[in-house]
Amino acid sequence: MVINEALIWNLLTEVPDPEVPAINVVELGVVRSVEIKQEAVCITITPTYTGCPAMKTIEQDIIQRLKEAQIIDIEIKTILTPAWTTDWIKEEAREKLRVYGIAPPEHSSADKNSILGKTKTINCPLCGSRDTIMQSQFGSTACKALYKCKSCLEPFDYFKCI
Amino acid sequence: MTELNKAVFEFCLRLGDSSLIIGHRLSEWCGHGPVLEEDIALINIALDHIGRSRNLLTYAGQVEGKNRTEDDLAYHRNERQFRNLLLTEFPNTDFAYTIARQFFFDTYSFFLYQDLKNSKDETIAAIAEKALKEITYHLRHSSEWMLRLGDGTKESKDKIQNAVNALWRYTGEMFMMDQVDEFLLNEGIALDMNKVKLKWEEKVSDVLNRATLYKPADVYMQEGSKKGLHTEHLGFLLAEMQYLPRTHAEAKW
Repeated sequence: MVINEALIWNLLTEVPDPEVPAINVVELGVVRSVEIKQEAVCITITPTYTGCPAMKTIEQDIIQRLKEAQIIDIEIKTILTPAWTTDWIKEEAREKLRVYGIAPPEHSSADKNSILGKTKTINCPLCGSRDTIMQSQFGSTACKALYKCKSCLEPFDYFKCI
Repeated sequence: MTELNKAVFEFCLRLGDSSLIIGHRLSEWCGHGPVLEEDIALINIALDHIGRSRNLLTYAGQVEGKNRTEDDLAYHRNERQFRNLLLTEFPNTDFAYTIARQFFFDTYSFFLYQDLKNSKDETIAAIAEKALKEITYHLRHSSEWMLRLGDGTKESKDKIQNAVNALWRYTGEMFMMDQVDEFLLNEGIALDMNKVKLKWEEKVSDVLNRATLYKPADVYMQEGSKKGLHTEHLGFLLAEMQYLPRTHAEAKW
């Protein structure tokens, strides 16, 4: 088997985000680069949030997927800069999030001036209504906020912009 | 260690310890939050703080060059070796205390990290850029609570005003500079905290005003953290936080 970058990227698309399994780690934008030196593979990842408990799992899942493909010599590097941003989640992945029931990030990364700003209006991913209200800025994970739809009365997660 | 490394080590301990200790305080709310959403919010914020602290303490260990890891620094130092701001170790007391403490600290962090993004130290700059995104949400959270509590019922107003008054004397320390700060300022790594202070005061005054709260009069400002002198609360906090790794040295999750 010839190890090349395309193969590795392909394998990485088979590693789901442990907390949002609807999208994979490449679509999420946490994989920053893949380098190959002879047989050794070096993958650089960046955390979504500094305290994100999923990062360790992502690392292990990547290693496991590559090992299944008989790639043994793997190094995972974590970098902080450039800082991860929701802007890196591609359009197609945003749609996957919505179908999964998570409202995708609606705007470009966090508006620093809106520290005391108004709550953003978010489309309900389930019924599409815009009549929704934020329940909490912090949802089931640090990257999500909790919303409620006043039309279909369902609660839903919103993937926050950062 | 070179003089520069010594100063950077010290600086990272100050930032990292403050984050660690306030993160621990917030995590004490787990299962005790006033409503479920708030319980989750406080824990999520705690997680951000602990994550930030991990980055800073890991870097401190690297700069120090004695092979100390983030865990060594977090769990195997004594009270006098901690450099966190006194404010961060203040007990939760009640929800109003937690929010006032958080609001003062978030505002400070917001303006501090906003400028640290441009630090000449690349690692500090990278951590700051990352942290700032999270701090923006924290500050919004604590600011909104200040407004709700201050402009709420008589009871909530009294409680938040009491907390503001009680914690005020611990805010001055955030902006006091010593030789380490001066040295790093000249190196382009740290900031002139007097400038951060001005922005902090403006923002705090604005929120207190909108929350119909009054700003406490000038009082004597407590200090000591840069010399490892803490309030009586830190020892108890460390006893709890460090118990497990000190008792079971080989413990793994």
